[in-house]
Parts: sequence; structure tokens; C-alpha cells
Amino acid sequence: MSLLLASPELELVFSALLLTLVAGLVVALLAARSVLTCILLMSAFSLTMALWLMTMDAPDVAFTEASVGAGVSTMILLGAALSSTDVIPSLRPGRLWFPAVACLAAFIGMALIVPDLPVFGDPGSPPSAYVGRLYLEQTPHDIGAPNVVTAVLASYRGFDTLGETTVIFAAGVGVLLLLGGQVRSPDAAPEDVSLRASAGSPVLSVAARLLIPIICLYAFYVLAHGEFGAGGGFQAGVILAAALILHALVFGVRETMKALPVGVVRACAALGVLGYAAVGFLAILNGGRFLDYDALLSPVFEAGLPSSHLAGGHHHWGQRIGILAIETGVMLAVASTMTAIFYAFTGRVSRSDAAGAS
Amino acid sequence: MTLALVLTPYVYGLGFFMMAAGLLIALTSRHLIKRLIGLGVFQTSAGVFYILLSKVSGGTAAIRLEADSPAAEALASRLDAAYIAAHGVDGVVYSNPLPHVLILTAIVVGAATLAVGLAIIVRIRETYGTVDFEEISALEARALRDVREDEA
Repeated sequence: MSLLLASPELELVFSALLLTLVAGLVVALLAARSVLTCILLMSAFSLTMALWLMTMDAPDVAFTEASVGAGVSTMILLGAALSSTDVIPSLRPGRLWFPAVACLAAFIGMALIVPDLPVFGDPGSPPSAYVGRLYLEQTPHDIGAPNVVTAVLASYRGFDTLGETTVIFAAGVGVLLLLGGQVRSPDAAPEDVSLRASAGSPVLSVAARLLIPIICLYAFYVLAHGEFGAGGGFQAGVILAAALILHALVFGVRETMKALPVGVVRACAALGVLGYAAVGFLAILNGGRFLDYDALLSPVFEAGLPSSHLAGGHHHWGQRIGILAIETGVMLAVASTMTAIFYAFTGRVSRSDAAGAS
Repeated sequence: MTLALVLTPYVYGLGFFMMAAGLLIALTSRHLIKRLIGLGVFQTSAGVFYILLSKVSGGTAAIRLEADSPAAEALASRLDAAYIAAHGVDGVVYSNPLPHVLILTAIVVGAATLAVGLAIIVRIRETYGTVDFEEISALEARALRDVREDEA
């Protein structure tokens, strides 16, 4: 965003305008009367939000919002809700007033704190002045990776990120427990025509054939490039899952299950989290603390390696290898969990539709 | 700075409005999937508040630049030297990366929890044959009445 507009103040105006657009989409969502409209509006909301995040100097978050909100969330929602495109009836007015008053009260309560909040863009505000600044100053010395967001995510707060990866894995397990997920072999998988966008369209299947390998390659680029620019394991995992789900939507979920069996996907989800934790224990075995990447390589071995970029003369190969290893674990866990969730939904939804029709 | 003073209540107000609107959708919609979408809007708007706090005027994304690289110089040319000296790190002003990290993971966790919510909705549809909140309430009330009559 930095070089788009001449004046820093104009930048703030521009981002405020984009935020207005995002809020407008929320108003449209309030009024939307069909499930399909709601899902597509949420997708548009996420995409506009990603644009706004770019103006707020948060490319990593924008990347995640675009790939998760506008990509995978939309696909999962469509997969679960394609058969229920009915019109939503409006609520009885008697049921409306209490939630409306509660939300209005919440809004007024939050608005009352605005005078105490830091001025928009204030560089000396408490959130920006202390710990955030410390991370910016120390990252080249401690981690040696240019992207401070990745450094904080994967190294400084690596333990938090392990917890978050576990939450995603647990959510995947929760979905499988709720939906049963007995579909193990591709033959048992449902052949649901409503989920196949390409039914009779050669254009879609040719385009998908071209796009899917490029999307997969891009996911690995995002993974490997996370230290230097926007990106990382979460985004890469979601992009990889999007490629697999695109395959399922175009060629049918049966074909995808043949290429990537359900068991393999579930095993990979567990392997991702385990691999992440294993890096932590490896550091303990080498005499360091949990997830202390500096302990991954012995100092004697590391001294023989060339000094890394932006390192200020320090050796950071342990950090580099550790970050790449745990990001790979995150990518594996996120991609597999999202794919497993999608498999579970397509299996269950078409079965319940068949039960409802009979 | 005067422009920023005017914008401050506006942007925070928009963030809080989206939060309240998401809550309203989650509380009042009859279709359960729309409720879930409202919850997603509510969650994303909480992220908006964090990101609003992280913006530094004239700053750039928190990816460290070499102090004398062309990109760093182009950035510095728009700001006065005193501002950079006071708030920059090695000659470049960056936005605060910490809220970005928190919200980045929250978004992915949000998608995973959305999937759990959807799974629950799929089970509700199998059990009740509908995802309409009012119809489910009516079915529940009827079942409760039947149980009470059996007891009586």
C-alpha cells in the first residue's frame, strides 16, 4: 500500500472508504433473503475485507482472509447448503425487538469507548509503541527473517501457533465425529450431481485441469516464501485445500477420493500437528527448550554454513530450518483438515438429501 | 493529524457497527446457516478492531527492508525526517505486526469452527427435517408438550 498514494493522510481516507464498502456489504447481508445470496455476500465481504487489510499494511492477514473467507469457507458453505437455496422467511416482529435492542445497546456501549481509543494511525499509541516495536527491532537479530509477522507467528509465538494448529485439527475431528465420516473407499462415495459444477461443461474441466497444478505449485511457493514476503503455512494449507476442493467440485468428489484417499487425508492432518510438535521435542533433545529453533543445529555445524540474508552477521540456519519445518506441518494440518471436512460434508449432505427425498 | 482525528470515530464506529450487525444476524435470522454467517461477520469485525489499532500513519507492511534500499528510500521520501527518527525502525516506519499475527490465526481457526457449526446444522437438518429456527422451536415445544401429557 505504501507507494500507492502520495500522502499518508490520504491513505487513511482511502482505507476508511474501503471499510465503508465492507460495512455496506454487511447491511446487504442483513437484508438478504436467500441462503445462496448470503453465502455469496459473505464471499464478497471477505474479498473486500482483504482489500481493506492491504491498505492497513497487513498483507499476511489479507492473504489469509482472501483464501479462507472468499475461498475455502465459501466452498464448504456451498457444499453444505447447495440443496437449501430456499427463501428465508422473515422473523415475527415480536421476536425481533429484544435482540435488536441488545445489539443496539452493545453498539452504543462499544461506541462510548471511542474517545479513549488511540487516534487512527497514531504511531505512538500504546499497542504500537512497546511490544510490537520490540518485535520489529529484534527480528533481524533473533530470527533473521525479513517478514516480522512470520517471525512472530512461527518462532517468538511458536507455542501459540502449535495450539492454534491443534484447534484446527480438533475442529476437523469434531466435524468427523458429528458427521460420522464412514466414507472410506471411493466406491462408497456419493455421486452427487448437484456438487459437480462441470456437469456437461468441457470448458470448466479443461480450465480446472490447467489451474489445479498451478494452484498447488503456488501453495508451495507461498509456504517457502513466507519468511520473505506475505505468506506462510496457514495460507499455503488453505490454498492447497482450495485446489483439492476445486478438483472435487469439477470432477466429482469420487475422482478426488480415488486420487487422494480419505485415510491418507486424515493421517496427514494428524501428521502435520505431530510434525510441528516433533520439531519442538527435537529442540529439547538437542539441549534447548521446547520449539527453541536455535538448538536444532549444533553450533559447530552451523558455523560452517554461510551467513543468511539480513542476519547482521549472525547465523540463523536453525531458525530458518525450524520455521520452514513447522510451517510445513501447519500447511499439512490445515490442508488435510479442510479437505477431510469437505469430504465429510459431501458424503453426509447428499445422504441426508436422499433420506429427505424418500 | 486533524484528518486522522476526524476519521478516528468514523472507522471505529464502522467496526463496531459491523460487530453489532453480525450479532443481530446471528440472533435474529430464521435460517441457521445465515446465523452462522452472521457469527462469521461478528468474528471478522473483532479482527477489524485489532487491525485498526495496528495501523501506523505512513507505515508499511512489517517486512523488514534494508535501510538504504530503493524501496526504503521511496518510503522515506514521503515522510519528514523527524517522524521517521521518532517512530521508524532503522529508517523505515512499519505498522505493528503483532495484531496481524493474532488475527491471521484467528481467521483460520474461524473457518474450522464454522465447519463444526455447519456439521451441527447438518445433523439438525437430519433430526428435525428443517433448518428454520422457528419450525425447530415449534417442534421442540410440541415434543415437550407431548412429554408433559404423557407424565400427566
